[in-house]
Amino acid sequence: MTFSDQFESRFAEMLSHYPTKRSVLVPTLLYAQDEVGYLSQEVIAELAQRLDLTELEVRNVISYYSMLTTKPRGKYNLQVCTNISCMLRGAEEIFDWCRQRLDIDHKGTTADGLFSLEEVECIGACSWAPAMQVNYDFHENLTVEKMDTILDEYKNRGMQ
Amino acid sequence: MADVNITVDGKKVTAPAGTLLIEACKSVGIEVPSFCYYPGLSLQGACRMCLVKIEKIPKLQTACTTVISEGMTVTTTSDEVRQARKSMVELLLGNHPLDCPVCDAGGECELQDMTFAYGAAESKYMEAKNHKDEQQWSPVVYFDRPRCILCYRCVRVCGEGMDVWALGVQNRGVVSIIAPNKEDHLECEECGMCIDICPVGALTSGAYRYKTRPWEMKHVGTICTHCGDGCKTTLGVRRSDTGMEIVRGDNRDKSGINGDFLCIKGRYAFDFADSAERLNQPLIRKEGRLTPSTWEEAFELVGKHFAEIRDKEGGQAIGVIGSNRTTNEENYLLSKFARVVLKTNNLDHHRTADFPAFVAALTGKLDITASMRDVFNAPAILLIGNNPTDQHPLLGWQIRNNVRLHRARLYVINTLPIKLRRQAANFTQIPAGTEGKVAAFLAGQDSVAEALASESTSRENWIALRDKLRGEQNLIIIFGSEIRGNDIEVLVKFGSAIPGAKFVCLGDYANSRGAADMGLYPDLLPGYHRVADNGKFHREWGGIPTTPGLNLPQMVDAAKAGKLQALYVVGSNPIGRFGIDPFAFSKSFVVVQDMFLTETALMADVVLPAANAYEKSGTFTNTCDDLQLIKKAGEVTDTKTDFEMIVRIADAMGFDVRKLVHFGGGGTRADMGQSRGAQSGEADQHGVWLEAHGLEPKMSPFDPMAILDEIQRLVPGYDVSRMNLLAGNDQHTNLAGSGPSTLHNPELIVPANDGLFSSGTLGRYSRTLNSVIENRHREPAETEVAAD
Repeated sequence: MTFSDQFESRFAEMLSHYPTKRSVLVPTLLYAQDEVGYLSQEVIAELAQRLDLTELEVRNVISYYSMLTTKPRGKYNLQVCTNISCMLRGAEEIFDWCRQRLDIDHKGTTADGLFSLEEVECIGACSWAPAMQVNYDFHENLTVEKMDTILDEYKNRGMQ
Repeated sequence: MADVNITVDGKKVTAPAGTLLIEACKSVGIEVPSFCYYPGLSLQGACRMCLVKIEKIPKLQTACTTVISEGMTVTTTSDEVRQARKSMVELLLGNHPLDCPVCDAGGECELQDMTFAYGAAESKYMEAKNHKDEQQWSPVVYFDRPRCILCYRCVRVCGEGMDVWALGVQNRGVVSIIAPNKEDHLECEECGMCIDICPVGALTSGAYRYKTRPWEMKHVGTICTHCGDGCKTTLGVRRSDTGMEIVRGDNRDKSGINGDFLCIKGRYAFDFADSAERLNQPLIRKEGRLTPSTWEEAFELVGKHFAEIRDKEGGQAIGVIGSNRTTNEENYLLSKFARVVLKTNNLDHHRTADFPAFVAALTGKLDITASMRDVFNAPAILLIGNNPTDQHPLLGWQIRNNVRLHRARLYVINTLPIKLRRQAANFTQIPAGTEGKVAAFLAGQDSVAEALASESTSRENWIALRDKLRGEQNLIIIFGSEIRGNDIEVLVKFGSAIPGAKFVCLGDYANSRGAADMGLYPDLLPGYHRVADNGKFHREWGGIPTTPGLNLPQMVDAAKAGKLQALYVVGSNPIGRFGIDPFAFSKSFVVVQDMFLTETALMADVVLPAANAYEKSGTFTNTCDDLQLIKKAGEVTDTKTDFEMIVRIADAMGFDVRKLVHFGGGGTRADMGQSRGAQSGEADQHGVWLEAHGLEPKMSPFDPMAILDEIQRLVPGYDVSRMNLLAGNDQHTNLAGSGPSTLHNPELIVPANDGLFSSGTLGRYSRTLNSVIENRHREPAETEVAAD
């Protein structure tokens, strides 16, 4: 399969950073996921072949990291933290609100393919709990009202 | 390495620097429990059962990953340590289904044993257990996820040990699982190492599961009857309607040259023995059809015909074809029977390697063949031809793990990119059929370098490779049947110049080496003595014909010309194997001893149902010259050993069988020696040992030990320690005194070409091998169905 030029230049750059080829796997998986949206069988086979690994080894690594996925996700992936700090500041309400508003469950994706939802472990934003990560962007000190605005904003952006 | 002194539970322990604490404890009899630690595999530190207290270190340490250091003081029995183990077992049992009453591992489960020894009676966990249904990963591998304790032994043995890498670990933390390489199934060599190494019942065998309980079987350690490597396999047998049924094969006690290694054939393919197509009564051709008869009628008929033909036409009108899967004793007996009773040298077998040329090349060189154990310890190995991964799985395992654990340098020269190239320091691919040229080049014939040079390997590369090999010491040179005749002598010449070099000549079947050593040749007697030389066998055996007889193709020609009036085939299928015209022997009186109605048996006049190697006692010699005892495990009523049948045919011919088998009194060691003064002590021990191991010392003409006496006395190199042999240890035989041997036409050698999932006739009747082949959606290739 073919990747973008940007991916290829990043991949080539990465190879020079590590003493062994296999070490490139984790960053490469992230780049590939950003580009394709998820880690398809095609991506797995390609990376295994490039890095002299078995497909099984690539799958083992993917399954270890919760931010890597082998299934397509929505355009915006809402990752709501429900660890202790966030939980004490009402994260579970936020998560429940998301479930209702989007009508999907943990790891679900909306029918329009715009949103998917995940309940995640600590994302390191305890000082501003409750917090949520959408793709690579953080949203902090969340309330139900604030969530409404955030989701509307993403929806508008996604419709464009 | 320097020794290090430590104290364990007040005991002083001295061990070489670098020893792991768990091993140091074991060396003085202190058991530190563990699941994930497995000698010979990489360290995991996953199960935390081996926690011990080391003075001055505040937290408990894992003994399996701690290397001992001078002055270390260790406690393995304190309350703290005991509590830690108890907690670990409690954690492991947290989601373990405790279905021990129906689990295959029940009774031989390490988790059961650990719970019994170190565990707590109660658990603090109240949560419901997380159940997942069992999965079938291949015809022979089943996975029961909740039983798994995540020790990763299976993952490591599959990857590091087998170089297959078909198992992995997915997910993280409590949801971690062992996963097969094809998402829901395995694509691998189906060796079953993962099943045997599993400390619990998470991985179970399709062939054995839910069949019986470990304590209901009798366990018999014998030698595998498939390839030429001679793995020890422990067969679990139990009583059945037709005798004793083999239900399991493994080598968990790590006895034998193979440690715990077995390939798919050793572990599962014993099931040909209870194939429904197994012959279980003698057949005699009456009015053109093979008709069931009695043993007495059959032996009488065979004896009468053989004697008549011999007396009227002479021995040269009778041909004999022996087997690569019968014991040394049977092969020797057949060789003797042909020469002494039938008076013929028309004797041959399916040759898969040029052993006579090998012996001729080794003449006068002492200690020059490598044992299977040597292959695991040699500092350097040169492999020319063959593909051990497929054809000699144990040899492949030894080479691979020697490279991994001892950093041996492996040089591979092959026409194909065989799997062992992945372990090789140097892999050189050559055009098909140029192995002989390689031998010539190595031996110094520079003129062939041009012919060998290719794009990937230049003339300079070849010279560099030869220089590197010449610089090695104690190199083991392993060659396949591609190298024959004069080429062997050339290769031996090259190797002999390297200090400490040893050789292995690869043959294909379980006792190909034994068939050759015992003289199943028209011109060679046991020990590669020429029939033409009036040597010790002429004196010992009495008048035997001195003109070399006919080889197999010559016998076919003689039969077609009506000159071969009788053919005696023991455990071989020449018609199926060599594509001989089935009607070639229609003018001859043909007697076949076999387990199945093979292509050869189909056109016989008399078919005698034979026992296989799992159903008899005797010895096998593997392709590395290691002599090993085989023991009777299974039994199928109404079959007889080839040994007994040969003796009974001799008897039916009116021959005094005492001259064939020196049984009972008469001055051999098999008489238990009560009458033999000074040596009676040794012989009595032999008797005691036989009884202890269920080998009833029958003082009968069917006792193979009587022939073993004769072999040890007369065949050079076989005079090994009888005590060690009978105790189940491999004994390396020495070919140095053999010969002088002779060179044969290299075209008489026909490799078996069996792969991992085929085993000649035996494979054809093995349900397991067939199910694996079918599962791989591959039509069995032609080479996978024929053979003897």
